[in-house]
Amino acid sequence: MARLNVNPTRMELKKLKGRLSTATRGHKLLKDKSDEMVRRFTVILREAKRLREEVEQELSEVLRAFSIARSVTPPSVAETAFAMPSVAVTADCETQSVMGVDVPKVTLKSEKRADGLPYAYSEITGEADYSVQKASELLPKMVALAQTEKTVRMLAEEIERNKRRVNALEYVMIPQLEETIKYIKDKLDENERAAVVRLMKVKSKA
Amino acid sequence: MTGKTAIVGNGDGIMVFKAAGVATFPAEDEKQAREILRRIAKEYQIIFLTEDLARPLTEFLKRFDEEPYPVVATVPSGAGSDGYGAEALKSAMERALGVDILFNKD
Repeated sequence: MARLNVNPTRMELKKLKGRLSTATRGHKLLKDKSDEMVRRFTVILREAKRLREEVEQELSEVLRAFSIARSVTPPSVAETAFAMPSVAVTADCETQSVMGVDVPKVTLKSEKRADGLPYAYSEITGEADYSVQKASELLPKMVALAQTEKTVRMLAEEIERNKRRVNALEYVMIPQLEETIKYIKDKLDENERAAVVRLMKVKSKA
Repeated sequence: MTGKTAIVGNGDGIMVFKAAGVATFPAEDEKQAREILRRIAKEYQIIFLTEDLARPLTEFLKRFDEEPYPVVATVPSGAGSDGYGAEALKSAMERALGVDILFNKD
């Protein structure tokens, strides 16, 4: 490992020792952070997987029901029937912090229309009612999935970045500092010995 | 902050969400989807994208992961799930942990 390009003086030695202790402490902290992030990540990851499986299954049911409904309804009728939303969906978008990473936190608010479905019952088959209702019910879960998956991706990114920092400290920064400190110490000791020898020589001549 | 939800997809499948109160944006192919995403990213906080459109746009979608919002999530299209969502989860897991703790396939 290459040592740093510094003058071998006591000043530098003191400075480097300070940097080394900071680096060691930082390394320990980052490593702890990494451990905790991984722990939380696994919890969130499992949650995301469970949600995804549920959403995928339920959504394909909804879409199947809906395609049946569409196939028995003339396109123009279906177009007008579905154009009006039955519920007004608004989402409360906030952020929360998971180990210092800002991740989205969404709470869904929906207001049901008084009359339930947005179209006349005579136009559309019961399958459509069913699928629209199902889709409305599924929506909160889909939003939860979206939020959880986003959290997973952002945390993964942060864990990767953190790992790189830990490794940079552990394998580059700290060895470099240690080596430089050793080099300066050797150099200073050598100087000291030289001074002692010189003194002895001068004394013996006198 | 109040957010709005949108769904981008092709075909009739997304229409059912219109009735459920989600803004729908039909897109025939990934080019259109990309344009739509770019346009609505500021306005809508939660965007669903069908998997068949998300797959060619994987690189493009990465840029949405920098900030908490908008949240872009993939959902299966009418043809059923092709496993894209699971794949995305898996790649995130492998990047973060280096090992597979969930799917245990290979």
